[in-house]
Amino acid sequence: MLAKTYAEYQSEGKTPEILFWVGCAGSFDARAQKVTRAICEILNHVGMEFAILGNEERCTGDPARRAGNEFLFQMTAMMNIETLNMYGVKKIVTACPHCFNILKNEYPELGGHYEVVHHTQLLQDLIHSGKLQLKGGGSFKGKRITYHDSCYLGRANEIYEAPRAVLEALDTDLTEMKRSRKNGLCCGAGGAQMWKEDEPGDKRINTERVEEALSTGTEVIAANCPFCITMLQDGLKAKEKNEQVMVYDLSEMILNNIQDS
Amino acid sequence: MLQSILFIAVLSASGWFAWKGYGRVWQNIRRGKSVSAAGSSAARWRNVLLVAFGQKKMFKNLLPAVLHLFIYVAFVITQIELIEIMVDGLSGHHRFFAPHLGGFYTFVISFIEILSVLAFFATLIFLARRNLLRVPRFHKPEMKGWPFRDANLILLGEIILIVGIFCMNGGDKVLQSRSVGHYALTGDFAISSWLGPALFGSLPDQAVIAVERFGWWLHILTVFGFLVYLPYSKHLHILLAFPNTWYARLTPKGQLANMPDIQKEVRIMMGLEQPDPEAPAELPEFGANDIFSLSRTNLLQAYSCTECGRCTAACPANLTGKKLSPRKIMMDVRDRTEEVGRNISAGTYPAAEYNDGKSLFDRISPEELHACTTCNACVEACPILINPLDIILQLRRYEILTQSAGPADWLPMFNSIENNGAAWAMSEDRDAWRQE
Repeated sequence: MLAKTYAEYQSEGKTPEILFWVGCAGSFDARAQKVTRAICEILNHVGMEFAILGNEERCTGDPARRAGNEFLFQMTAMMNIETLNMYGVKKIVTACPHCFNILKNEYPELGGHYEVVHHTQLLQDLIHSGKLQLKGGGSFKGKRITYHDSCYLGRANEIYEAPRAVLEALDTDLTEMKRSRKNGLCCGAGGAQMWKEDEPGDKRINTERVEEALSTGTEVIAANCPFCITMLQDGLKAKEKNEQVMVYDLSEMILNNIQDS
Repeated sequence: MLQSILFIAVLSASGWFAWKGYGRVWQNIRRGKSVSAAGSSAARWRNVLLVAFGQKKMFKNLLPAVLHLFIYVAFVITQIELIEIMVDGLSGHHRFFAPHLGGFYTFVISFIEILSVLAFFATLIFLARRNLLRVPRFHKPEMKGWPFRDANLILLGEIILIVGIFCMNGGDKVLQSRSVGHYALTGDFAISSWLGPALFGSLPDQAVIAVERFGWWLHILTVFGFLVYLPYSKHLHILLAFPNTWYARLTPKGQLANMPDIQKEVRIMMGLEQPDPEAPAELPEFGANDIFSLSRTNLLQAYSCTECGRCTAACPANLTGKKLSPRKIMMDVRDRTEEVGRNISAGTYPAAEYNDGKSLFDRISPEELHACTTCNACVEACPILINPLDIILQLRRYEILTQSAGPADWLPMFNSIENNGAAWAMSEDRDAWRQE
């Protein structure tokens, strides 16, 4: 099986090493589900015992809180914390940087204290500790790739190097966009924008970002966030470049290049 | 003697006006909610030293950073000369420190002169950037009218200040060489020992004396003018940048401030906490709609903003033609704070339970608030750690929690989180993906 729930571990009398926080996008969005599976397969490959919450997981409340709906955020967060604390969860890996940010920075004040990492940080750890061996000359070797910093992993939490270290391990030809790291440009989805129409303007933000990515002559845009992936793919589609340029999550790129043991 | 009396008169008058001006700003900032500056004070001092004093964040863009540095260092160093001008003005001496300090005096004044020349050219380039090159961020809608004039006035003031210094020192050097009257020998200043003779060398003694006095008075009057003008200008950042960086939050940029009142309500609702029998039945207003519900830090930031527009230039919403401009948010907060302050001091509305029927929402539209992606680009861009996002989010909270308004598009998301525990309403199981 791809993944077991915390409850399933418990019924076996076992405690998993880490909780994988899948998130709403990772659970329901067809594109993000692929990333969810990729992360599971990688964790299974390295033999890490991880659990998901399954139906006991709820939205962390990020879009509600950023929209201004604090009541709803507090409610959903409190329910999550009850579940997490009931299972005695110590360590969490998230697929989504919004889940990462809120679990790491905003749940402690509500009584939820966990060690939280984003999956790109975990990947970097696994590669550097040698637990995850990559093929020499994998499918991205020498390929021109650009990396899109998500706001919630980047500026919000200043994690710029772990994802780049993962790309380095893939031996890609990483070409940075002009706006990267601290100056990275948003994909346009954050702050609950994902759930609403754009305000009136000249252009969509994802179009602006995709144009910048295309100007690097890239073949692949590497991302770390389900919302960024949706926005970038939509932007490429609008430019009719979605056949030529692919958007991947880092976990997908790694999964394709794991050395057979 | 006459000059001393005149000086004391001007000094007292500008002192009084300055006292009123800065006092007004102080009182206005205190209309916000008081907040404690949490976190280590070592980290706060670090911010003051690196970001305000060391201008670390300016250096993201080298050319304006260097030009700004010239003006800033010249400004700071010129304060030394200002001490002497004050002593001379009050006591009737001329270059009081020159005989006591000897060669060191020559060095300090020369240093000031070199920086003044650098600042002079930097100011000219800044004027050209603003008025001729039309750098986009200086020409956004919120910069029309007074803000644009304010910026030019300041730059013009700097030019006058420097012209004053060189008239004063240049004239002095000519008079020294002619052994006229009381002009103590100061040694050769780096610039005015050749600039002075070149400009004023052919003038008669009386005219050179007049030039020297003109320069001296021009300089000190411009300084006093600045002092009085600052609390009405965006240029107040030269002072407030320091406390502003000290009060800047130290938590990760992604962390949104908690609302303990709501946390308590929700805990009571969920049966995790017992209701407080003494608590008032009515819930307070949540979020911010006016300066009284913003924090003092927010208001300090509004007064510290020098309207450079780096935030707006980095804002993805603004870049793509949306109405939101983080700089305008800061300017609106400042303008509203000024308006409230004026009304209270004029007695139009009482300070207690202030209500003039207006709020920040008369200046900031929902369209602006709703365009924000909370990406923190504006926060990252600010050279003095102003946080427009913090204000935007407090206004959003007011809109949703107190007004029950906000984009209709968000309602299905809210309902879905509440009823299905997911940001989208889905009929399948949350772990359906693992079955395939």
